[in-house]
This record gives sequence, structure tokens and C-alpha cells, in this order.
Amino acid sequence: MNAPAEPNVVADPLVIAGRAYRSRLLVGTGKYRDFAQTRAAIDASGAEIVTVAIRRTNIGQDANAPSLLDALPPSEFTYLPNSAGCYTADEAVRTLKLARELLDGHALCKLEVLGDSTTLYPDVRETLKAAERLVADGFQVMVYTSDDPIVARELEKIGCVAIMPLASLIGSGMGILNPWNLKLILEAAQVPVFVDAGVGTASDAAVALELGCAGVLMNTAIAQAQDPVRMARAMRLAVQAGREAFLAGRMARKLYAAAPSSPTAGLIR
Amino acid sequence: MALEITVNGSTRSVDVPSPDVAALVRALGLDGKRIAVERNGEIVPKSRYGTTPVLPGDRLEIVAAVGGG
Repeated sequence: MNAPAEPNVVADPLVIAGRAYRSRLLVGTGKYRDFAQTRAAIDASGAEIVTVAIRRTNIGQDANAPSLLDALPPSEFTYLPNSAGCYTADEAVRTLKLARELLDGHALCKLEVLGDSTTLYPDVRETLKAAERLVADGFQVMVYTSDDPIVARELEKIGCVAIMPLASLIGSGMGILNPWNLKLILEAAQVPVFVDAGVGTASDAAVALELGCAGVLMNTAIAQAQDPVRMARAMRLAVQAGREAFLAGRMARKLYAAAPSSPTAGLIR
Repeated sequence: MALEITVNGSTRSVDVPSPDVAALVRALGLDGKRIAVERNGEIVPKSRYGTTPVLPGDRLEIVAAVGGG
């Protein structure tokens, strides 16, 4: 008997702002050795949505040097421009407006406003302000935030299309430190919730999906692995496994196994 | 003509055949590149590069997409 290959992967699309995606793994494009490795890792991850940063061009440098857009053509991927590195609502809104112009009016964006350069913890006051302005301006905002369920509720009320709490600090690889707060956010949210930041290895990604997250966004866990391409594949499989487990519904936890898995009758004595 | 302007935070003199954003982008070797331009804090849509003037003292930001999380 052959089970159909990955039956729910297509039947269970991820929907963000009305658009369906097959992959629940969203990946960043920073910190790779070179563009060839970036491309190989992203191919192995199966990601369709890739985050990019917006930065000043290097005036005077070789204009024909390879660029990220050559390695990852926007025709093949959904670009998710982010406001990473911004510390105020003004900076973030300005950056994402430039990104929209750069990407020909593409409205989907990742809002991130940091509060501290040591922890990279989000500044939720500035994040809320920026979200209001961006939503009013027609952006589809996927928002990076703390794992505070009240802030998440406010961001959804403003009209963000996805809420993306941290699991632990950006780039820390510490995994999901507070699954209970994620549960509270998931219970209340009507929009997709993603774990954004903190994933260190494949089991962290699986846990996020098992909790009911719509997906995971990661960069460092793949790019800084010893073998990024192999870790990208591991993350793809972990996200699929976690989603399947969530849909399957796990068994109840018990302190004792009240019923053994094998029949008690017919034992050879 | 030489224009004294600030591009991406540094002041420079740029030789352009005409004082507009399209000529500036070409002079900087960025013609046909996927960029976005801001002039004095206002975004310049691609369709208006040819008709948006660049004047001495202008502050321009020219950005591109780069790898990031």
C-alpha cells in the first residue's frame, strides 16, 4: 500500500492576505557566504516567501556586480521587504515605502521596529504607530512583535495581515522560550501567526507548527548552521512534520501508560 | 553640467547632461537596476525620473534590495 505523497501539503495552503502559498517556511536572505549558497539554501528550504532588506546602494562600486535579485529573481519568489534595523516608526515607514516603490507597488511587507541594539527586542510602541500608518496607506503588514498577547491583539485590530511574535531573541537560536504566550496569541488571533526569530534547530520549527502557528520565519538558524543547505532541508521537513502533527492532533499526555500498545491477551506464558 | 548634491549621505559633484533624476541615475551607472529613489524626503516614482528635477543642494537616497532577515 502506498500512501499518497505529502497529501496535505497542497490541500492545506497557507493563506496570507488572500493569497495562497504551499510552503509554511519563510526565510531570510542574510548572513550567507555568497549568493550561490543563498540560492542553494533557499531552494532546499522550499520557501516561496523570502525576506529582503532595503539599503543604500554603494555608489561608485561596480554596477554589474552580482546582486541578490539575480540570485533570487522576484519572478520566482514572493519578496517580503522588511524594515529590519529601523528604530522608529518614521524610519520603518520610510523604508517600507521605498521598498514598495522598488518592488513595483508590492504591498506585502514585514514591519520590524527595534528597541535595543543589544537584544534586538521589538519596540512595540513604535511598531503600533508604524502599523497604523502602513495599514492606512494600503500595505499588507506582517508584523514582528513581542509575544505579548495584548499587543498581538492590538496589531490585529489595526489590520495587520499576520502577527509574528518572537520565540526568543533575533539570532539567538534559543528556541521557543514561552510556548504558553504563543498559545494565548494563537487562541485569540483570526489572522495567521508566525514564529519570527529565535528558532535554532529543526525541532524548534516543528514545535512552533505543532502549537498551531501558521508557519515560521527564520534566517540565522539556516545561514549560520555548519551546513546551511542541509539545515534548510531539515527546516522544510520539520515545518511539514509539525504541521502534519498539528492537523493530526496529538494524543493526551499521561503520567502512566494506562494501556499498553500491544494486546494483553494471548501472551505466551 | 556639474551638480553638487548629497547622495546616500555623502556630498558629491555629479556630471549630468540634464538636471533630472533619469540623467543622474544614468550618470551613477544605475540605469536599469532595481532601485528606488527619494529626493529631499519624497519618493520619486520610476515613471517620473525624466521629469523630476535635480537641483544643487538636493538630498537623494538611492536604495536597493539586499540580503536580510
